[in-house]
Amino acid sequence: MENNEVWVFVEQRSGKPADVSFELLSKGRKLADSMGGQLKAVVIGHEVKNIAIDSFKYGTDECYLIDHPELFYYRTIPYGRILNQLISKHTPRIVLFGATVTGRDLAPRVASSTRSGLTADCTDLKVSDVTYLGKNFKKLLLQIRPAFGGNIIATIITPDVHIQMATVREGVMQMHAVDNPKKPKITEILFTPEEIDNVLRVIEQHREESKVNLRAAPIIVSGGYGLGSKENFNLLFELAHIIGGEVAGSRAAVDAGFIGPERQVGQTGVTVRPKLYIAVGISGAIQHRAGMQEANKIIAINTDPEAPIFEISHYGIVGDAVDVIPKMVEAYKNKLK
Amino acid sequence: MYNSIVLVKQVPDTANISGKVMKDDGTVNRAKLPAIFNHEDKVALEFALQMKDKFGGTVTAITMGPPRATDILRECLYMGADKVYCVSDRKFAGADTLATSYVLSEVVKKIGNYDFVFAGRQAIDGDTAQVGPQTAEKLGIPQITYAEEIISVENRKIKVKRKIDGGMEIVECQLPVLLTVLKGAAEPRPFKAKRIMAYKSAKSLLELEKMTEGNSLLYIDSLVHEYKARGLFIETLTTEDFEVDTERCGLKGSPTKVHKVESVVLAGGNHIKVEPTNEGINKLMDELIEDRIF
Repeated sequence: MENNEVWVFVEQRSGKPADVSFELLSKGRKLADSMGGQLKAVVIGHEVKNIAIDSFKYGTDECYLIDHPELFYYRTIPYGRILNQLISKHTPRIVLFGATVTGRDLAPRVASSTRSGLTADCTDLKVSDVTYLGKNFKKLLLQIRPAFGGNIIATIITPDVHIQMATVREGVMQMHAVDNPKKPKITEILFTPEEIDNVLRVIEQHREESKVNLRAAPIIVSGGYGLGSKENFNLLFELAHIIGGEVAGSRAAVDAGFIGPERQVGQTGVTVRPKLYIAVGISGAIQHRAGMQEANKIIAINTDPEAPIFEISHYGIVGDAVDVIPKMVEAYKNKLK
Repeated sequence: MYNSIVLVKQVPDTANISGKVMKDDGTVNRAKLPAIFNHEDKVALEFALQMKDKFGGTVTAITMGPPRATDILRECLYMGADKVYCVSDRKFAGADTLATSYVLSEVVKKIGNYDFVFAGRQAIDGDTAQVGPQTAEKLGIPQITYAEEIISVENRKIKVKRKIDGGMEIVECQLPVLLTVLKGAAEPRPFKAKRIMAYKSAKSLLELEKMTEGNSLLYIDSLVHEYKARGLFIETLTTEDFEVDTERCGLKGSPTKVHKVESVVLAGGNHIKVEPTNEGINKLMDELIEDRIF
């Protein structure tokens, strides 16, 4: 049985839903509407019925709930088996996963056993009719992502296979509660543990609430490789501190060890939409821009007047950060007086 | 004793792009991108070599790619791999992760007798992190992705610390298992001078054929025989060398297709130029205050 269903794997951590899953439900709602299909959520865990109920706030038409003590911790094999069985039985047209550690562990496993197409880290998803190699395809999922070091934006399609899967990073899609949520229709699916599930056991697990919350910060001061050193990032911390912002960095800055990975903005980091984004020594590769271009105001500071970051900025300062940042600190302090 | 198979990939050095990478027609000029050993795969090889150092066994590295990917197989030999295979066939070209993992899993099955399959978490050209899990699924073995540390291996069980969202967990798993490793998990050992001397002339069939071109004194059969005898022959596996359904390989076996690529053209928005002087910055601050940004 083939259909136009859009499914979202709703991820939870110790009974708490991941934001990205509700963001995907919001996007999934739109995709389902343009497909003329239903939006279904799949919730797997233990004592997670409340998450199943919550999913309806974001437009879910039906939720599959698989609740069992053995499913308290995420483990690839039982979670994968549940999804394989459900997907093989109902053959949804689209299945979305968060591009989290769990989503990136699970989605490829499920795509492999159901032989579905899977595209990682999409920055946009659309439904459209497509002509590919002279053949017309109705209502395909366009899976859009930067590729090749950000020099190109690729649109990936899955023309010949029914099930189209994609992963999306947290923050890329926006979470919208719907105005008229449906009355929850929860279908509970029985889980039967199998011996093979126990080839892997979770012995212990530690999570810490992240101390940095870039997505909630109204102002972000972000540094790139062009800043040259970890020491120069102190200038950014100083500026962020006095103007009430957070410090972030580009992937190149994270790779160079100037700043921690939890502060990375971009396609493979966090997507942010602050009131003000100050990009310092960031050239502005597409992967970085994917994570910040929706900021209300962007100030770019760069020694290279040709840097692409200027093209998406509202204000541009051609100059050396070591010189410009202290001037900004000084100017702001004077305004406070 | 534990035997390891390591999946390695040669990737374009997307982090250090030089020259004009985009051709005028909007396609990527791969020739302009230097090819390097994907770093996380090197870390995976290091993990395998540490297993061998501790417990004995063998380390086999395999790569799927064009013939020039033998470059990184030589590097695997320099680091300490016992055996390397280049999986290369035109029929494998254009593969997405599903088709790639299919071919790799068939090669791993052909090699057989393994306890561990190691791979980097992801390759820098696609950043998908899909080939590891998809290969594990096809082999029907468990996977531990985002591995940071191997805590112990005892009674055919491995205990691994892995990254999870917002923290870490420790898992215990029966062998065989496929692990994907993170870049910070280990420092790949430097090439051993002795091994460079021993293996720098290791060659694949294609490379030996090139040597015979324009040299009528060299015969390919005897060259291959000689290189094999000296342990310097890098085996190439094509569709004829192992069981593989060509319908599931390469572009044909890939459900995902590239529909469109666009070079990144910026809108060329007009930004306000701010002079890097005290006056310029003061004015900027005024405007931001006026716009209620601060």
